[in-house]
Amino acid sequence: MPAIVIDNLTKDFSVGFWRPRPYRALDRLSLSIEQGEVFGFLGPNGAGKTTTLKLLMQLQFPTSGRAEILGRPVGDVGVKRRIGYLPESPYFYDYLTAEELLNYFASLMGYSSADRRTRVPGLLDEVGIGGERRMQPRKFSKGMLQRVGIAQAILNDPEVVFFDEPMSGLDPLGRRAVRNLILKLRDRGCTVFFSSHVLSDAEALCSRVAILVGGSLVAAGALTDVRAFSARGWELVVANLAPEILDRHRARIQGVTLISERRYALELPLQPAPDALLRDLIAAGAHLISLNPMRETLEDYFVEMVKQHPGRRKDDVARPA
Amino acid sequence: MRVIGHIAVNVFRESVRDKVLYNLVIFAVLLIAVSLLLGQLTAGQDIKIIKDLGLAAISLFGLFIAVFIGIGLVSKEVERRSIYSLLSKPIRRQEFIAGKYLGLVLTLLVNVTVMTAAYYAVLGSMAWVAGGWFLPAWEAPAMDPALLKAIAMIFLQLMMVTALALLCSTFTSPILATALTFGLYIVGQFNADLKHFETIVASRPVALLARILYYVLPNLSRLDVKTQVVHALPVPAGYMLWSAAYALAYVAALLALATAIFMRRDFK
Repeated sequence: MPAIVIDNLTKDFSVGFWRPRPYRALDRLSLSIEQGEVFGFLGPNGAGKTTTLKLLMQLQFPTSGRAEILGRPVGDVGVKRRIGYLPESPYFYDYLTAEELLNYFASLMGYSSADRRTRVPGLLDEVGIGGERRMQPRKFSKGMLQRVGIAQAILNDPEVVFFDEPMSGLDPLGRRAVRNLILKLRDRGCTVFFSSHVLSDAEALCSRVAILVGGSLVAAGALTDVRAFSARGWELVVANLAPEILDRHRARIQGVTLISERRYALELPLQPAPDALLRDLIAAGAHLISLNPMRETLEDYFVEMVKQHPGRRKDDVARPA
Repeated sequence: MRVIGHIAVNVFRESVRDKVLYNLVIFAVLLIAVSLLLGQLTAGQDIKIIKDLGLAAISLFGLFIAVFIGIGLVSKEVERRSIYSLLSKPIRRQEFIAGKYLGLVLTLLVNVTVMTAAYYAVLGSMAWVAGGWFLPAWEAPAMDPALLKAIAMIFLQLMMVTALALLCSTFTSPILATALTFGLYIVGQFNADLKHFETIVASRPVALLARILYYVLPNLSRLDVKTQVVHALPVPAGYMLWSAAYALAYVAALLALATAIFMRRDFK
């Protein structure tokens, strides 16, 4: 049984006060996410990622289509016991400390006070704000708030967890901690559905991704199947490369950038594989610094996709359903 | 019920931490100051004025809490987006509404109880200074238990106003909701006049509209027995019971409507 099934989910909003017109925020989205997957839901701002998550949390109701989580319709209270949700830029009550907030949420989930006494401090330690447990969120930085948000999302050891931009506001250490946490959740068998507009997050974590642009799904599948992630060539950085050796292999190289004396960044085609050239250069005395696949950036991909979908930007009104 | 209880307790905790209960200090200081000032007046009048003033102050302080906190119960959660995390927990939207309402009613109950204790303490001290619990010049004893009837009715009024504020905040902005609730509170004081509107207007449709409005709008004047108890006039138990039944039925209808609206609401 898939963990999440989204079937033709569509959401229209009404825009304009005097003459309301429909604006389609999400257009017939269909996805299936297997249990235990880390699924990246990618797209530029305004693509419909947060709308999708709100529909899955039943914070909004779909215009048409349906969705199921763990085989039950979204909004089912029984399912809510088994899932977690981190909203985008979370905000909590000013009058509760981080510890009291988690205690409150844990009590709503039915945990006894004895359970809460062990679970809550452990969780705050796990997300790295154990020392600030008695501070009120209004004194927290954005990154600390994000950690409280993550803690409340995984309070019930969820089977499926939804993170809306979990890396937002985090410094590099925080980002790494969240990445490790997501991988830990995956190792426990938890399905992680997270939205992001940062390609590197998806690359580091996801088994599969979906890309949403202007409310429409433009790509979905394993990382390597999605065009945005497929390599278009190689970048080879070598040192101690004599210019005459470089000239000898010019035909196999698409572009050359001189970094410093006898140190070059070479742009190679995807095929043939760079192994033979690399062997030849090393045999001629060059040292390998790095070899990386060159990918189209997500930003480039988004720009291209937005161009291909004119009239579907946030400030435009979509055709009525 | 467990979930409703946790939400209600959290509302009460919010009120305490937001220093809402500070109003009790203002109430006590106001009452004591006025009683000292009135000590100079003719015996017999000062106790009546304090009775009137105390009941009016309980009503007014409660009204401000009911409206301003009542409006924020839902709108603050939505504006600050804390509702996103809350509603992703295993709670139903109707439990959210019920918990929020009961939490504020609990806050009001604590407020009204403490204000009542302070009220009786001031009345008791005035009687002690005057030299008797029931002087011949007074219409009723200083610490007349019948005052509790008026306070109970004020509490029922406040329950209705809280439900009105909660309902208004489910479908409009906090400013409009505040204006609407105060408007309905004022209309509710004069609602009884609509009952016999047909005797002063000739138009049948207008009379019919007035009759419909009489039944739809809150009849808060029915719950106002302040004048009767201060002047030691009887307030029959039957009247009290019917008024309580009316108030509770009206609250139930308002909460049902608030829930119905809230159940369909999209959080953008």
